[in-house]
Amino acid sequence: MQFFLEVLIGGLLSGVMYSLVALGFVLIFKASGVFNFAQGAMVYFAALSLVGVMGKGAPLWLAFILAFGIMTILGIATEKFVLRKMVNQAPISLFMATIGLAFFIEGLAPLLWGNDVRALEIGLVDEPIPYLLDSFNIVVSSFDLTAAGLALALVAGLALFFQFTRVGRALRAVADDHQAALSIGIPLQHIWALVWAVAGFVALVAGMLWGSRNGVQFALTFTALKALPVLILGGFTSVPGAIVGGLIIGASEKLAEIYIPPVMQSMFGGNFGGIEGWFPYVMALLFLLVRPEGLFGEKHIDRV
Amino acid sequence: MARQIGEVILDLKNISLRFGGVKALTDISFNVREHEIRAIIGPNGAGKSSMLNVINGVYHPQEGEIIFRGEHRKDMDTHDAAKGGFARTFQNIALFKGMSVLDNLMTGRNLKMKCNFLQHALWWGSAQKEELEHRKKVEEVIDFLEIEHIRKTPVGRLPYGLQKRVELGRALAAEPSMLLLDEPMAGMNVEEKQDMCRFILDVNDQFGTTIVLIEHDMGVVMDISDRVVVLDYGKKIGDGEPDEVKNNPEVIAAYLGTQH
Amino acid sequence: MFYRETGQFKNSYAADQQVFPIRQDRVGIAILLAVAFLVVPLVAGNYWFNAIFIPFLIFALAALGLNILTGYAGQLSLGSAAFMAVGAYAAYNFQVRVEGMPILMSFILGGLTAAGVGILFGLPSLRIKGFYLAVATLAAQFFIVWCLTKFPYLSNNSSSGVISVPGVEMLGFKFDTPQSRYLLVLSIVTSMALLAKNMVRSTTGRSWMAVRDMDVAAEVIGIRLMRTKLLAFAVSSFYCGVAGALYAFCYLGSVEPDGFSLDLSFKILFMIIVGGVGSILGSFLGAAFILLLPIFLDITLPAIAGLLSLPFDSATVSHIQLMVFGALIMFFLIVEPHGLARLWQIGKEKLRLWPFPH
Ligand SMILES: Nc1ncnc2c1ncn2[C@@H]1O[C@H](COP(=O)(O)OP(=O)(O)O)[C@@H](O)[C@H]1O
Ligand SMILES: [Mg+2]
Repeated sequence: MQFFLEVLIGGLLSGVMYSLVALGFVLIFKASGVFNFAQGAMVYFAALSLVGVMGKGAPLWLAFILAFGIMTILGIATEKFVLRKMVNQAPISLFMATIGLAFFIEGLAPLLWGNDVRALEIGLVDEPIPYLLDSFNIVVSSFDLTAAGLALALVAGLALFFQFTRVGRALRAVADDHQAALSIGIPLQHIWALVWAVAGFVALVAGMLWGSRNGVQFALTFTALKALPVLILGGFTSVPGAIVGGLIIGASEKLAEIYIPPVMQSMFGGNFGGIEGWFPYVMALLFLLVRPEGLFGEKHIDRV
Repeated sequence: MARQIGEVILDLKNISLRFGGVKALTDISFNVREHEIRAIIGPNGAGKSSMLNVINGVYHPQEGEIIFRGEHRKDMDTHDAAKGGFARTFQNIALFKGMSVLDNLMTGRNLKMKCNFLQHALWWGSAQKEELEHRKKVEEVIDFLEIEHIRKTPVGRLPYGLQKRVELGRALAAEPSMLLLDEPMAGMNVEEKQDMCRFILDVNDQFGTTIVLIEHDMGVVMDISDRVVVLDYGKKIGDGEPDEVKNNPEVIAAYLGTQH
Repeated sequence: MFYRETGQFKNSYAADQQVFPIRQDRVGIAILLAVAFLVVPLVAGNYWFNAIFIPFLIFALAALGLNILTGYAGQLSLGSAAFMAVGAYAAYNFQVRVEGMPILMSFILGGLTAAGVGILFGLPSLRIKGFYLAVATLAAQFFIVWCLTKFPYLSNNSSSGVISVPGVEMLGFKFDTPQSRYLLVLSIVTSMALLAKNMVRSTTGRSWMAVRDMDVAAEVIGIRLMRTKLLAFAVSSFYCGVAGALYAFCYLGSVEPDGFSLDLSFKILFMIIVGGVGSILGSFLGAAFILLLPIFLDITLPAIAGLLSLPFDSATVSHIQLMVFGALIMFFLIVEPHGLARLWQIGKEKLRLWPFPH
């Protein structure tokens, strides 16, 4: 039971990370209808820029600001040179363009900053939390907990931003109705550039937390890819969906990784580790068959 | 007139349709007789398109009953409807944009084509023969609609008016017994409208096709339809011959009145 | 002046419906095939067969498979490599486990197995579209490769799933030279391309395109969405499966599951984007382009760096390669969404008017 709880809690905490990446997807999708496959590459790029700048001697806070600057430039460039030129194309073409963007970023990042695995020190310790260990005999990493806390704080901050600032309201208006957004008086292009910058910020936080846990490396892009099944569970347009979906995926993949291989081993013999690699996708697929609109999405009938 | 209006072949009874909280149709009943031209009119958002979608099974009403050729059912199924001789056009043109006019029309006949994909792959005698036979039929439709010159053009490149005509062609290619037209003349200039009217009347006259038609142009509706049903806010407020409907005070208030 | 259909009047619909209605095209394709079948085997060296022609043909076949699904039927897949893997491993198993199994039969059975798996993973397409489906196909990508690595039975108990295929032999003839393997692959790929062309110009292909362009209208016309989509998944996976079998048997000789990675799937996707979505010719053009580009960069980049006396290593080449791929994809999607095939067509139209510009 203790062990189960440990796995569950560990899974939930890492699930928060998936939520964070998924959040970046949701923001861009809501504002511009673009399904941004490059969000994972952005996480990698952001983390690499952060360690890169730190490697040049900058303290963490300065490196963070500079990396955010870099992500903003990247976002604006994407909007200006790619998305703006594709406004009348089918969503699926835009999606494929972001696959191209992902490749571009994945090549650009190591070209700028080198491609060895880099340690990222942000001053969080990774130890079992003494209280939980003493009283319940459960190992929960203080790092994971702090990281999850930071992630949740970011989500809360974004929610406030959308609720209470003019720009935030404009963003929400765009998500609901492009015409209405125009009447607010902020050009659509600015809003898109802005939302890419915000998504870059989210990617930066995700990359920082993830990078400091597992090292900054190319494999980050694969981890970030798991935000896709999270989105399917949560629905593409729902912020709470992204969070809940992330938690479900995080917890269930860890549980699956621990509990399924022994069962399979007793049935077929051999080693069945690595279930984590596909479990979220298959789960999303099965989920789609039952509820295509996602946990929080609404059922929708095509208008003709 | 050669054309003889026949028995009721489609009878809709107490149809109600909701989308979440939106009541698109409320307790609507009306019928369609064989060989007639039946118009549905009403202001925007009245539920006209929804009605058409219920008739051929694109939407499924929560309540009501549909009796088609004596068969009672809760709702229609698109495939059954197509097999039963329904063909239609859409308010916002729903052509296959990446295909040529010819291919769009050929696709309209898909239910009549029997070869399977293996025969197609090998292009054996039967597949080839079938393709040719149907090509002949499609060419007849092309002649009828006077679109020979754009046969090979991808439909996405055609002007709006011609696209509407091609969409009618795709429906006609299926040799339907019942044709549903959702605003076939919307956005057309006078000349194009006249052509379209002529085609509709000719189809009805030459092939005896029953036609259910949504149209905003009152002049056209009064001219070509045999009976008119009037919807407003998802409710039926009038039903009858054009003259009757024209003088119905409720209709004048709700619909004709708002026109000016 | 010379490339023109004037004077070639069609007096029957049959003539109008040929694969290549214009005589010059027919002549052109005949010459191309003659060169491919007769001239190339005589003049090309082993490097050309092994590094260029054979992989080109195999990738073109895989791209053709994906194009059927994505280009014609409009269902985006990010899992083509996994279906290639299924084809490769299934063909391998039929070949080594069934005594006296003819090699062509193994290829076909490999393709059919892939088709079956394709149908399974295509089931979600009945309820979802676009990028939802793309994510679902990722499940196929990761799950299949994992299974091939973890179930020793699938690789005939070889360690970590690596398989080394037996030699290719047909009716006593051993395909042991690159040349002979090239001819085998060429024959298979040309015939399958012809079958694909026939499918896409008939009711089957029109139904796919109808579902792609406007599914509601297609349904209203009487096209069964489920059957049409699953058929596209099956046929597409069959093509990818056969390509995978050829990849193992006629190209690499020995493959591992990780060789059929997400990267390979993307590569095939890029082939159809660059070559032309919804074009058979495009599958070939795209395969050639994506195959040759890295070779081109490998040669030119170090040379350029040398000229500018910049430091340079192989990792840099691969990073630049990623960037060039990415940039190209975006470029094509923005500037010419129908890819090289469309450019070719435009070129031909220009030629038709030549030498008179209008
Ligand atoms: N697929 C749908 N989903 C949600 N609401 C719909 C859908 N189709 C129609 N409606 C709603 O039903 C009502 C009637 O629409 P419609 O039938 O298109 O009217 P009309 O064709 O008379 O203009 C409208 O309020 C419309 O918003
Ligand atoms: Mg309408």
